[in-house]
Amino acid sequence: MSEIITSAVLIGILTSAIRLATPYLYAAIGEAISEISGVVNLGVDGIMLLSAYGAFFVALNTGNLWLGLLTGALVGVAMGLLMAFISVTLKAEQGISGIGLYMFGLGLSSLLFKTTIGTVKTVVGFQPVRIPLLSDLPFLGEVLFDQSLPVYSAFLLVPLAWFILEKTTWGLRLKAVGQTPAAADSLGVSVDRVRYLAVCVGSMLAGLAGASLSLALVNLFQENLTAGQGFIAVALVYFGGWRPLGILLGALLFSTVNAFQLWMQVLGVAIPSDVAVMLPYLLTIVVLAFTVSRVRGPAALNKPFERGEH
Amino acid sequence: MSRLVDALLPVFATLAALLIGAVMLLFLQVNPIQAYAALWNGAFGSVNAFAETLVKATPLLLVALGICISFRGDVINIGGEGQMIVGAILATWVGLTFTESPGWLVITLAMLGGFLGGAIWGGIPGLLKAYFNVNEILSTVMMNAIALQLMNLLVRGPLIDPAGVAAKTYLPQSERLPQQVWLGRLVPQTLLHSGVIIAVLLAVMVYVFLWRTTIGYRIRAVGLNPDASRYAGIPVPFYQALSLTLAGGFAGLAGVIEVIGVQHRLLEGITSGYGFSGIVAALFGGLHPLGLIPASWLFGSLLVGADMMQRAVQVPSALIDTLLGLVVLLVVGSQMWSRRLATRRVIALARKNAEAQP
Repeated sequence: MSEIITSAVLIGILTSAIRLATPYLYAAIGEAISEISGVVNLGVDGIMLLSAYGAFFVALNTGNLWLGLLTGALVGVAMGLLMAFISVTLKAEQGISGIGLYMFGLGLSSLLFKTTIGTVKTVVGFQPVRIPLLSDLPFLGEVLFDQSLPVYSAFLLVPLAWFILEKTTWGLRLKAVGQTPAAADSLGVSVDRVRYLAVCVGSMLAGLAGASLSLALVNLFQENLTAGQGFIAVALVYFGGWRPLGILLGALLFSTVNAFQLWMQVLGVAIPSDVAVMLPYLLTIVVLAFTVSRVRGPAALNKPFERGEH
Repeated sequence: MSRLVDALLPVFATLAALLIGAVMLLFLQVNPIQAYAALWNGAFGSVNAFAETLVKATPLLLVALGICISFRGDVINIGGEGQMIVGAILATWVGLTFTESPGWLVITLAMLGGFLGGAIWGGIPGLLKAYFNVNEILSTVMMNAIALQLMNLLVRGPLIDPAGVAAKTYLPQSERLPQQVWLGRLVPQTLLHSGVIIAVLLAVMVYVFLWRTTIGYRIRAVGLNPDASRYAGIPVPFYQALSLTLAGGFAGLAGVIEVIGVQHRLLEGITSGYGFSGIVAALFGGLHPLGLIPASWLFGSLLVGADMMQRAVQVPSALIDTLLGLVVLLVVGSQMWSRRLATRRVIALARKNAEAQP
């Protein structure tokens, strides 16, 4: 084992890990924002799929990656509006609504892929941008500062989300609405409006997660491209205790396991790849079992708000 | 009257989804009437089509029965896919191992084994939910992924068809089960097997279980009001875990039926997505075991019709998957109205009673 893991391989694994963490970061931070306001959106995976398709389709036909990214974000917002309408306005059971949204996104993205693209094609995705000086650092330079723009922005999202959640009025409102909606309502905060916005912002980030997958990571689209990454992102929110920093740690843990397993396959190390692919899922379950009971989530999570019920 | 509206809500939801589907077909430059005619013909156009509809309805009904038990206990089971896979794996193993025993015995063993396997696959998230407060939606999704990888591993390795290895095709599928393990055909020359009878009998049994036994009553009580159940001395976590375990068992059985009734071997894609579409069928049937029978039949016909539509007018069957997602959204979205109707019913009844008092 030791002769296989040279420093070049280690750099390779860590560079992949940073890249692979990108969709998890966008999607999980988005989901955290939605959940802090009290809405569990289990449709993340479906949103990611439809956005990944939309982004890829536009990039393939216009050659413009930024337009693709924008499409991914907009598809996310549209799906967010649908989720918000059903879970906030119609006050439907959030878990099942999310599963409906997932099935819808999965089906529609396959349908559109088959009718408009047909076979697996590739685009030239976002290229790595070396950051001057920093990228010359030994070891870390290559791992952290030779990545593509969507990757950088995913990592910048962590402090940004922390700042918005902890230091702004909107962040406070979000928490108030998720903890005690009745109290927030009596203080004149529109619970529904805050939740609509949170779900849409969260879904937009899920859209970016999908777009970054198809335009910066694998540079292609195929049916069920995400293979359940959206569900892992939801699990990461619990893992991270609804905090951006915790989510970052969880995302890196997952992406490192993934990257390790991919590199082991490349190097032909004899662990059956199926066993290795199982690892992240097993890990999620174990991690959920040990973290969930300890961290307390938003009190009004998964509870539709109705005026005058309290 | 309003009860009738309740029962018809899913029908309206499906009609609305088909209407949206018609708009989507127009965008795809396909004549919706032609497409839906193909769907209808595919589902009901011939004896064969009708038989195939029932064949697809069978695993749907089994999965939906499980979903029904867990949802009644207020536990959401998204793990039907994984539970089916584990059931299918065990059935295959039983079928390939006990080749010397009489067929009926092996079939019984396969069903028991598959039920047990699915039950374990559902029971793990059930225990985690009950005693570690782990969100069952997430853990069941993870269990799906693990089961899928497990099957991929088995059909490429230990269980791979020796014939495929000899012919160097290496198809990811197991050896064919001996014919004595196959479920009997109900109608010769069609795919219809006796599994459909088993599924309908089980639907009746689940109805009796949920509404006529103490355990079933407690599962429903826990689902309706966990706090009240706790005060009444019902061990809530135990019944939550139990309902997910049973749900897994039924999904496992669906996997068994697919192996011994339809494919006669284990192969990739054995679940055909029934673990998810079973949720739709369960919601559609109003989470009532007997309501699930027509609901599964309807969805079976949609799935068979979708295949026909794909062949006849070249619309990918993913259209139907999309519409099933919409049906879920429309059904849960419209439940607010049925709740309001229910509230109105109660108020009206209370008024009437108040007026009747002297």
